[in-house]
Amino acid sequence: MTEIAIDVKHLTKKFGTRTVVNNIDIQVPKGKIYGFLGPNGSGKTTTIRMLCGLLTPTSGEGKCLGLDIMKDALLIRQKVGYMTQKFSFWDDLTVRENLEFTAQIYEMDNAAELVDETLIKLGLKKRENQLVGTLSGGWKQRLALSACILHKPEILLLDEPTAGVDPKARREFWDELGRLSDEGMTILVSTHYMDEAERCHELVYIAYGNLMVKGSVNEVINQTHLKTLEVSGLSLPLLQKQLEQDPEIAAMSLFGGMLRICGNDEQKLVDKLQNVKKQYSLTWRKSNTYLEDAFIYYLKKAQEN
Amino acid sequence: MHFSWQRLIAIIKKEFIQLKRDRGTLGMIIMLPIIQLLLFGYAINTDPKDLPTAVISENNTFLTRSIITGLQNSEYFKITHHISSDKQGDELLRQGQVFFVVSIPDNFTQNVIRGEKPEILLQADATDPTAISSAVSSLNGIINKVIQENMKGNIAYLKNKPSSFSIIVHKLYNPEGFTRYNIIPGLIGLVLILTGVMMTALAITRERERGTMENLLSMPVKPLEIMIGKIMPFVFIGLFQVGIVLLMAYFLFSIPILGNIVLLFLCSLVFIVCNLAIGFLISTIAKNQTQALQMSVFVILPSIVMTGFMFPFQGMPIWAQTIAKCIPLTYFLRIARGIILKGAEFIDIFPNLWPLGVIVVFLTIITMKAYKNTLD
Ligand SMILES: Nc1ncnc2c1ncn2[C@@H]1O[C@H](COP(=O)(O)OP(=O)(O)OP(=O)(O)O)[C@@H](O)[C@H]1O
Ligand SMILES: [Mg+2]
Repeated sequence: MTEIAIDVKHLTKKFGTRTVVNNIDIQVPKGKIYGFLGPNGSGKTTTIRMLCGLLTPTSGEGKCLGLDIMKDALLIRQKVGYMTQKFSFWDDLTVRENLEFTAQIYEMDNAAELVDETLIKLGLKKRENQLVGTLSGGWKQRLALSACILHKPEILLLDEPTAGVDPKARREFWDELGRLSDEGMTILVSTHYMDEAERCHELVYIAYGNLMVKGSVNEVINQTHLKTLEVSGLSLPLLQKQLEQDPEIAAMSLFGGMLRICGNDEQKLVDKLQNVKKQYSLTWRKSNTYLEDAFIYYLKKAQEN
Repeated sequence: MHFSWQRLIAIIKKEFIQLKRDRGTLGMIIMLPIIQLLLFGYAINTDPKDLPTAVISENNTFLTRSIITGLQNSEYFKITHHISSDKQGDELLRQGQVFFVVSIPDNFTQNVIRGEKPEILLQADATDPTAISSAVSSLNGIINKVIQENMKGNIAYLKNKPSSFSIIVHKLYNPEGFTRYNIIPGLIGLVLILTGVMMTALAITRERERGTMENLLSMPVKPLEIMIGKIMPFVFIGLFQVGIVLLMAYFLFSIPILGNIVLLFLCSLVFIVCNLAIGFLISTIAKNQTQALQMSVFVILPSIVMTGFMFPFQGMPIWAQTIAKCIPLTYFLRIARGIILKGAEFIDIFPNLWPLGVIVVFLTIITMKAYKNTLD
C-alpha cells in the first residue's frame, strides 16, 4: 500500500460569503508528482496555501505527513517547501543573502556549506552578490526552487513554478522534479501547461472551487467517455460558433488549423457534420481525446452547474 | 516548535541589511532629528525686537514718560498704542495686535514719592514664549536705569531704596512659560514617534504588499520571532536618534542634561517599545502602505497636539486632558523634561513611568492577539 503524504477531506475556504474552495478531497501519495490543474481563479493557490497553514480553512480537515493542518501549521512548515506563484524572495537582498536567510530560518546546521553547494549547483556562484531584484525571470524561478528545497523538505508545494519560463528551462526544471521525486520527495505542482500535466503521476482538476476529476492522465481522459473528431474545412471559426450551443457537443477547440469536436456519441457528431459538410467543405477523421479536451469538457460541465 | 535565537538573529540581520540598502528610510532616520532640531531650535532661538506694545497710563509725569522712553529705548518694545482702558488692552492682546500691555496705575508718581512702592503691570502674550523672553528679562535693567536717571534732587533718597516701584509680569495664554528648553525634550518624543510608529507600520505592510510575507510565513517562524525581529532594528534606531538630539541640543544650543542620562535612555527605551508596538498594531490592520501611513498620521497628530508638546497641558479642557492621559507621549514628555531640565530622579519620574509601562504591556498584549501568523 502506498503511503499518503497529503490527505485532506472536505476542505472549504470562504472569503466573506464567497466560497473559493468547496469541499475538496485530495490524497497525494508519497514520492509522487501530483498535478494541480484548473482555470484562473479556480482556487489552486488558495488550496495550496491551506495545505501549508498559510490560510486557515473555513471547514474540513486534513493531514500533511500525519500532522494536522489546522493545529500543526508550524511543524508542517518545517517539512514543506512552498514555492509561491508570485516570486516572493527579497529583491533587496543578494542571491547569497536570500539563501543564507532561508537556511538560517530552517535552522540548518551547515548553513554556509549548504548555501555554497546550492549556489554552485544553480550556476549562480559568480553572481552570488547580485541583488535578486536584478535577476531575470528564469533565474528568479530557479533560485526560488533551490531555496525551497534547501532544507530538504519531504513535500514540495509548487504554485505555477514555470509560468513565463522558456521551454528549455522548463524541461530542465521538470527533469529536476523527476529526480527529486525519485529520491522520495512528494511534489504537488499547479500548472496551466498540458505537457507538464502529462508528466505528472496523478492529476486533480478543479474549477470554480469544485473538484471535477482526479486520477492518472489516462483515467482523467477515459472518465470523460468522449469521442473526438478532427475536422478540416473552410471557415472553421464560423462553424465553431454555429455549433457552440449544441448540447451534443461536449467540448470544442481550434487546434492547428483544425477543429476538434468532442462528444459522448460519435454517431451523433458525424450526423451533425454531415448536415453542414457541403457548406464548409468538411473532411474529418477520428482522433484520440487529449487531456486538454478533457479539461475543456470539465470546465464546461462546471460552468453548467 | 521552540523559540529560536538563530531564527530571531537571522530576521534581525535581514532587516538591517534591507534598511542599509533603503537610502530613503536611512536618510529619514538620520535627517529627521537633525532637521527637526534645527528648525525648532533656530526658529525659536531668534531674538525678536520691536514687539508691539500698548500703554495704559493716565498718569503723565516725568517718571512715567521716562519709563515709557526706557521701554522704547531697549529696542525690545515698540509702543504702538496708547489706550485708556484694560478692556481695550485685553482686546489688543487677544487679537494679537500687541504682545504687551503696560498698565501704569493712577497716581503712580505720587505713590512712588510717598514710598508706597506701586506696581506696574505688564501683561504678555506668552503663546510664543521665546519671542517675549528677552523682552521680559530686560525689564529689570530698564527699571534700574529709569531710577538712576530720574531720582534726583529732593527725591534722590529714593534711589537707594531697594525698589521704589516694580513691574509685575503676567504671562497670558501660556502660564507654564514654554521655553526652547521645553521644546528639546518634546522633540525627542516627536522624533521617536514619527520614526517608530511610521517605520514599523510601513516595514511590515511593505513586506505584505511585495508578497514576501507569504514566503516568510511559509517558513517555520514563530509570531514572537517575527515581531521581535522586525522591531529590534528600530529600537536601536530610536536610541540612536535620542543620542543625536541630545548631542545637538548640547553642542548647538547649550542645553545641559541635568539628570541621569542612563535613566533618560532607559525611559526612552520604554517609550520606543511603546511606539513600535503601535506601529506593529497598525501593520496588522492596514491593508497596504498607504493605509498604514494614514493610520500613523492619525496616531501621531493627537500626540503632537494634545500631549503638551505644542500647547500647555493644563490649558486644555478636561475632556482633552482625559484623552491625553491615554497617549504615551504625555508621560514621556514629562519624564524627559523632568530628567533633562530639572534633573529629576527615578522617584520623581516614577509617577509618569508606570503609566507608560502599563500602556506598553497593554499594547503588546493587543498586538500579539491581533497578529496572525497566516495570510488570513
Ligand atoms: N484574500 C482573498 N480575499 C478574497 N478573495 C480572494 C482572496 N484570495 C483569493 N481570492 C479569490 O479566490 C479565488 C481563487 O483564487 P486563487 O488564487 O486560489 O485561484 P488560482 O486557481 O490560483 O488562480 P490562478 O490560476 O489565476 O493563479 C479568486 O477568485 C480570488 O479572487
Ligand atoms: Mg494561483
